[in-house]
Amino acid sequence: MEVIKIRGTEDTPDVFIDAKNGVFEFSGRSLPEDVLSFYATILQTIEEYIQRPNPRSEVIFRLDYFNTASSKMILDILIYFEHLSKEGHEVLVKWFYHADDEDMEEAGEEYFEIVDIPYEMHSY
Amino acid sequence: MEKFDYKELVYSFHKEMLANNFTLVYEGEITHQITKAFTSLTENKMDSYSEDANMKKKVFHVMVECLQNLSKHAEDIRILKDKGYSGSGIFIIGRVGPDNEDYHVLTGNLIENSRVPELTEFLDKINNLDKNGLKELYKKQMREATLSEKGGAGLGLIDIARKTGEKLDYNFIEIDEKKSFYTLRTKISRKHQSNNI
Repeated sequence: MEVIKIRGTEDTPDVFIDAKNGVFEFSGRSLPEDVLSFYATILQTIEEYIQRPNPRSEVIFRLDYFNTASSKMILDILIYFEHLSKEGHEVLVKWFYHADDEDMEEAGEEYFEIVDIPYEMHSY
Repeated sequence: MEKFDYKELVYSFHKEMLANNFTLVYEGEITHQITKAFTSLTENKMDSYSEDANMKKKVFHVMVECLQNLSKHAEDIRILKDKGYSGSGIFIIGRVGPDNEDYHVLTGNLIENSRVPELTEFLDKINNLDKNGLKELYKKQMREATLSEKGGAGLGLIDIARKTGEKLDYNFIEIDEKKSFYTLRTKISRKHQSNNI
């Protein structure tokens, strides 16, 4: 699989996917005009990846802002990796939030209440 | 030809806006471009008041979700294909409170009467939940609901209630046997700043 790099804009996140090395990274802001179409390719890539995963997968979120429609997409991403983790593959999710951004910290904690997956919280 | 007294009208709009402390009033179709323009305009305005970052973030959040709701309802209106109502919705943001320290976002749009009971039930459900209840409802909706083409799944309204810590102040004005005008007022209050809602 090729490396996927989507450069972020003021309303779409930076996306970096290196399937060969099992690295998935999302950063910036997410309030796309069409949430479903923006995340469709990403979700499809992840769906393909979990068929033939790297022994170790790392998923990094470093978001400043996401709207509620994107929050559902983020959950969908996490659920794919939850499957992978349940199948016995090594998965680690790193949730980064700005030190004074309690909402983003809480959002991360909420995801890990829903999704059963190894994770780390990091403030920056 | 009909006499159109624009000067009185413009002057009265101007006075109304100042009297109500409205910083932005818009009636029409809500697009993504308009959402971006309005949020950036409001952010600039808040910068000019030296508004704190947390308040700015909350106002931004509420604006995005309110505008998204309006654009979604606009679809319903198009389906109604009623020629009498061209606007998709009204969006107002203003300052409120004894020292203008708070903000409120007001929206209004047409909806089908048949949707009123379901929406009322959902809004009341949100208003009857405490902080923890809202969190659980959000998680449940995120897991179970499916996004329509324009987003949604009711997450926006729950999120507004969570982020502001205020009840959703809503009303329906019945227009005819098919349509009602749905208004929603969201207050972003400084008193909730410290307790991280």
